[in-house]
Amino acid sequence: MAETSYDLIVLGSGPGGYVAAIRAAQLGLKTAIVERELLGGICLNWGCIPTKALLRSAEVYHYMQHAGAYGLKAAEISADLDAVVKRSRGVASQLNKGVTGLMKKHKIAVHMGTGKLTAPGKLEVTGDKGVETLTAKNIIVATGARARDLPFAPADGKRIWTYRHALVPTEMPKKLLVIGSGAIGIEFASFYSDMGADVTVVEMLDRLVPVEDADVSTFLEKQLKKQGMTIMTGAGVEELKATAGGVSAKIKAKDGKVESAEFSHAIVAIGIVPNTENIGLEALGVKTTKGHIDTDAMCRTNVAGLWAIGDVTAPPWLAHKAMHEAVIAAEAIAGGHPHAMDVRNIPGCTYCRPQIASVGLTEAKAKELGYEVRVGNFPFIGNGKAIALGEAEGFTKTVFDAKTGELLGAHMIGAEVTEQIQGYTIGKTAELVEDDFIGTVFPHPTLSETMHEGVLSAYGRPLHI
Amino acid sequence: MPIELKMPALSPTMEEGTLAKWLVKEGDEVKSGDLLAEIETDKATMEFEAIDEGTIAQILVAEGTDNVAVGTVIAVIAGEGEDASAAKAAPAPAAKAEPKEESVAPAPAGAASETAPVPAAAASAGAAPKAAPTDKGDRIKASPLAKRIAAERGIDLAALTGSGPGGRIVKADLEGAPAGVAAPAPAAAAAPASAPAPTPTQPFTTDIPHSAEKLSNMRKTIARRLTESKQQVPHIYLTVDVQLDKLLKLRGELNGALEPQGVKLSVNDLLIKALAKALIQVPKCNVSFAGDQLISYERADISVAVSVPAGLITPIIVGADEKSVSKISTEMKELAGRAKEGKLQPHEYQGGTASLSNMGMFGIKQFEAVINPPQGMIMAIGAGEKRPYIVDDALAIATVMSATGSFDHRAIDGADGAQLMQAFKQIVENPLGLVA
Repeated sequence: MAETSYDLIVLGSGPGGYVAAIRAAQLGLKTAIVERELLGGICLNWGCIPTKALLRSAEVYHYMQHAGAYGLKAAEISADLDAVVKRSRGVASQLNKGVTGLMKKHKIAVHMGTGKLTAPGKLEVTGDKGVETLTAKNIIVATGARARDLPFAPADGKRIWTYRHALVPTEMPKKLLVIGSGAIGIEFASFYSDMGADVTVVEMLDRLVPVEDADVSTFLEKQLKKQGMTIMTGAGVEELKATAGGVSAKIKAKDGKVESAEFSHAIVAIGIVPNTENIGLEALGVKTTKGHIDTDAMCRTNVAGLWAIGDVTAPPWLAHKAMHEAVIAAEAIAGGHPHAMDVRNIPGCTYCRPQIASVGLTEAKAKELGYEVRVGNFPFIGNGKAIALGEAEGFTKTVFDAKTGELLGAHMIGAEVTEQIQGYTIGKTAELVEDDFIGTVFPHPTLSETMHEGVLSAYGRPLHI
Repeated sequence: MPIELKMPALSPTMEEGTLAKWLVKEGDEVKSGDLLAEIETDKATMEFEAIDEGTIAQILVAEGTDNVAVGTVIAVIAGEGEDASAAKAAPAPAAKAEPKEESVAPAPAGAASETAPVPAAAASAGAAPKAAPTDKGDRIKASPLAKRIAAERGIDLAALTGSGPGGRIVKADLEGAPAGVAAPAPAAAAAPASAPAPTPTQPFTTDIPHSAEKLSNMRKTIARRLTESKQQVPHIYLTVDVQLDKLLKLRGELNGALEPQGVKLSVNDLLIKALAKALIQVPKCNVSFAGDQLISYERADISVAVSVPAGLITPIIVGADEKSVSKISTEMKELAGRAKEGKLQPHEYQGGTASLSNMGMFGIKQFEAVINPPQGMIMAIGAGEKRPYIVDDALAIATVMSATGSFDHRAIDGADGAQLMQAFKQIVENPLGLVA
């Protein structure tokens, strides 16, 4: 039995794990990474990236169908689902190879296999080549999470899908039920709707994308309905059964009435479950909350030398949060003094059509916390570039602390907002106040001008409305 | 290259000052170390020294000008071999120099407290006043939000350690910071409402024959701080009579013993030590009320009110509880001397955990002093005088003084204040503890 010792072992090679390994290697640590499936983890193999590839196809398809709106003619438009999926897999595969290259470049030892902590600083990896024992002073757990199943209707991959099945459909759903309206559910709803499916979204809470600002939820619901989706909020799926030709569901609507409906497929996107089982956490006495590992600001667990980052820890469960934690943990392990991350400065992006992006507190949350707020809201219809693009639906909302001018939150829905939110995030992280945003020159004509106007509006001085 | 002389920042919080006097005139040749001007800040007058050689090409800000913002170009020096008149023609705009300042002190990440002391204003165009080196360098790195909150709550950013990138002070660093330390509002006028106007806004008119004198910056600061204190701090006053005979006797003996060393203790020196010891004994009074937090100090730094020609200043005896009375005495003499000359450095009068004000020498029997925020208390000492006094149930003559503590009632309960007064009385009346 081989035994190899490292300064740091990272368990899991998702966006948290591989980034931690790279940063640690940069800082001179002898680093190993353990992966049971594919380097890059869910994010770039089965998550963020392949979905973006699918959504891009859907977007182009949508444009082709609306070519007339731009004075163009496109005839005989059709979608080849297999080709769309193939492209998405190709993108994932390219990035997977990219991570492999990055590991090599930084001389990070890659151990393919399933890792299990057997003692503090000791990890057993079971792979094709047998069992290896790795030791290190520090170990980072970055095992991520997986989709949560409906307790009464586990995904079968044929009719009842999780994100994983939805990424590689073999047939186009005709009538699709999407259960859950978080980022994953809404993105798939958007994709399949644009690809031509008849989509119904069922959300248990009283509005879509419940973590977003209520105005964003309301706006999104209107837009999705306009696109032809059926939206049921405050509703729950009580029964879901795969049948020969599809799925049958019993849905309890807001008014309490339970109705049966038939669909060709269902996607379950009701949340995630952390991957904390069978990796030896219990034996070491690692503390968890609702299954997620408890960590401090430097990503330490309660066990000395054991660290945890990403989805296996507390929310938000976002790849960029994992990547940032990865850097914090690696630097702390290398003896540095990284700055703790402020959850309020982590942006969130949802790539439906229209896109959603936000950072910080919603208006309601800010008020609940006792802030006296100044709220700005600027519609895309007042933005020249949005009109030129033919995408004048959307708005940029800002929430400021009336007393200090601190940007408490920013909420955007509309074209390309996911590429813009970083502007507010930089400002928020640097603790800029309203004067700094107001005093910034935004390029014209860009969609980002709505960010300027969103701030001006909070102070009663928008220019283009 | 003509060199721009800029208004230096002589203290970490200085945003502007008065160009009190030019010590050079246009055409004068100066060399490094020559005194160029006197600059008056809110508390002190400091000398501004040249560090470049050349000829004063142009004086841009006349002497006597108030409110000159830090960084303003106040004069231009032509370098060796340069035409002074050419230099005069091309003073670069003041704004141009600012990015330069930005690049001067990039502290390594996470090294806020290790940042080497940067001489004040060394970053500006080549003129550093000798009088005011500060602990953390001149430029305070703080986020815009931190600056604004500090201005609104009167927090002295210079007293804080930044936890942000490169030691930058961020909002989180302000949580629990003592409010109300003399912090002039930034030029951006971010704090319009919170700083009570020290001067009447209406022009003053009177028929009575009078003279009008413009307020010095020190007077303005005194006015502002005392107004703030009385408006914001609920004062309670507790008075005790303290028998001084033993302390006076001890002082006589100590002075006899210390004479060869040239030390002469004053009663005040002993009272500084007594107050410091009392504060350590009753830690509930060695505190600052800081918004949503109570700060309890583990050391007693006593601010001692010293009257100076321009007003009043409070040099600090740092760690007076740990210092010998002879050390306190020599320090006090030295600080008071420089205070009278207006030469105290900001860290020598900003801070302190409690204050002592003694008006005994004027025969004042008893008075109540105004708390110096964010301190939690001030001790007002009246005259020691012979009074009929009951000693062991018999009328006797004793030297007695009245001491009155003013306490910030938000932070200190009456009973705790009373305990401090009791401890102070006990220490003074059994003075051997002061030299133990």
